[in-house]
Amino acid sequence: MGNSPLRKAGIAVGALLILTWCLLPVAWIISLSFKSQESITNGNPGFLPGDGTFAGWDNYVAAWDNEQFRRAIFNSIGISLIATVLSVIIATLAAYAIARLEFKGKKLVLTTALAIAMFPVVSLVGPLFDMWRAIGLYDTWAGLVIPYMSFTLPLAIWTLSAFFREIPWEMEQAAQVDGATSWQAFRKVIVPLAAPGVFTAAILTFFFAWNDFVFGISLTSTEAARPIPASLSFFVGADPFNRPASLLAAGAVIATIPIIVIVLVFQRKIVAGLTSGAVKG
Amino acid sequence: MKNIVKKYGDGFPAVNDVSIDIADGEFVILVGPSGCGKSTLLRMIVGLEDITSGDMMIGGKRVNDLAPRDRNLAMVFQNYALYPHLTVFENIAFPLRLAGASDAEIQEKVRAASKTLELDEHLERKPGNLSGGQRQRVAMGRAIVRDADAFLFDEPLSNLDAKLRGQMRTEIARLQKKLGITTVYVTHDQTEAMTLGDRVAVLKRGLLQQLASPRELYENPGNLFVAGFIGSPPMNFLPAKVDGTKVELPFGTVEIPADKAERVAGKGLLIAGIRPGAFEDASLIDTSHANLGSTFRAKVDVVEWLGNETYAYLPFEAPPEVQEQLLQLEKDLDGDSLRTQLVISLDGASRVKEGDEAEIWVDTTQMHLFDPASGDNLTVDHENAGQIPVYA
Repeated sequence: MGNSPLRKAGIAVGALLILTWCLLPVAWIISLSFKSQESITNGNPGFLPGDGTFAGWDNYVAAWDNEQFRRAIFNSIGISLIATVLSVIIATLAAYAIARLEFKGKKLVLTTALAIAMFPVVSLVGPLFDMWRAIGLYDTWAGLVIPYMSFTLPLAIWTLSAFFREIPWEMEQAAQVDGATSWQAFRKVIVPLAAPGVFTAAILTFFFAWNDFVFGISLTSTEAARPIPASLSFFVGADPFNRPASLLAAGAVIATIPIIVIVLVFQRKIVAGLTSGAVKG
Repeated sequence: MKNIVKKYGDGFPAVNDVSIDIADGEFVILVGPSGCGKSTLLRMIVGLEDITSGDMMIGGKRVNDLAPRDRNLAMVFQNYALYPHLTVFENIAFPLRLAGASDAEIQEKVRAASKTLELDEHLERKPGNLSGGQRQRVAMGRAIVRDADAFLFDEPLSNLDAKLRGQMRTEIARLQKKLGITTVYVTHDQTEAMTLGDRVAVLKRGLLQQLASPRELYENPGNLFVAGFIGSPPMNFLPAKVDGTKVELPFGTVEIPADKAERVAGKGLLIAGIRPGAFEDASLIDTSHANLGSTFRAKVDVVEWLGNETYAYLPFEAPPEVQEQLLQLEKDLDGDSLRTQLVISLDGASRVKEGDEAEIWVDTTQMHLFDPASGDNLTVDHENAGQIPVYA
């Protein structure tokens, strides 16, 4: 019953529909990135480039040759990684405390965290712009890392504290009896066990930081800190009245690659980290 | 090895004024029904639970304020608490690595432990892929690699099935004898307590009831609770009226030895405790034994023939003051038997059938008489009863 051919076919068709729905824009961007500039100005609505308008890797090379683009990619990777690492470290420590310790104001911390996550990003841009200019964080990496962290921490803390709660108390107690300090028990037993949670939090944080546009465009003014989504919008090319759509598409595809790589790497960790057999199953 | 007086309380005293002195190399069992504080006591020894008052001494040193890692004790948890992200080898090596042992030393010690526990072929596997018995052995391996001052076991066998439990029980006993290391073992299972321990501490609601060898506990229980807890099937409790050396039981009057009679003289209504094994089918008793006890006639309600022995059940009515005490006792023992009945163990050769009016012989030298109000055993032989703490 559970494995009838009909059922299998149904699942396959369903999956295909969802994939098509989700990936069609991506496929279109890729298609666009391989068309030459003329092909677009002349109007070439087909999915595949028309005769003689196939541009090969030209657009990619052109995008990559752009100094501004390379700076933006570098900024994005740097800012996102720093925000992710800091956010995960702080969230891990905070979540552990929330899951294991009884302290006054625990509820307050959790609800405040949730409230921050619910705050509309746009409403903070104005005040942040003023503040950052006043204290000199405007157009710096730190100026972006801080808001990214504060918006991703709540979710990371909630995710991780759920993971920590799942880990039996006995694990730390066993480690302590075995001669570990609290810190050693945390680092050698608890963190490895919560690895799937840590990586989940890391992916979510990285996504947020990488995809952010509002902060990226409002809190930067030069290549010093402008991340890739904001930078793409400044990508005008030689002729300001004729935006290089295929060049932009190529840039967008390049900007997507790091995130795919990160997901693939972390995803393996998430699966491998799934644990069982700590205690009686 | 230690001398502990400790009180634990957050309003409710989970462990109340318990003192146990454990000798080097001794195997001591903490036993009692659930909620009696035995696990709490063990966790206080290892340092996972704070001690409210009293002193915990290990090897002459007060360890009350030491962290678990500084007490040099090894513990096996009820659910084993293996580290699932580490292989069996690394699990066993974990305490050594924390202690900063060299690789060669770790290899040597882990191999030795795995050999003792027959874990050699599993060393590279993860705990998740092991059976319950194997995980149990890994947990023990983690305990024995370090030269700990003592082993602590927290109901280590309660997660195993009955057959494996029997095997592991012998395994633990063998290991303990081989290593000669001081061991404290917590269990709610009186069979484990009887078979494993050099001495057994029976606890009830945080109070130590009796600390004695299994044989002493069985033959000379200090009070009703210990008497009812130790032994399977449990001891029978009957209302009894003493008059000189004659004791009036619901089934008839029996003679008791003079020294016992002397100690209970003038006490009025008592509770008599007789082990099922002290009874026998009168027709199977040879004459040399017969004069040690008395016989009575009673109607047998149910008979369970097990081959080598027969259990017979004889219902009786108890007067209310005794009834009340027996009900309270059942509650303390986590039991819920509703009827007052006598369980007797006869030889398998007995031909007694259900509904028969049988002639039963009882060995009255093995009978104990308890005070119904306090539950104390009035006929206890203090020479052979270990320690029985007295509470005000």
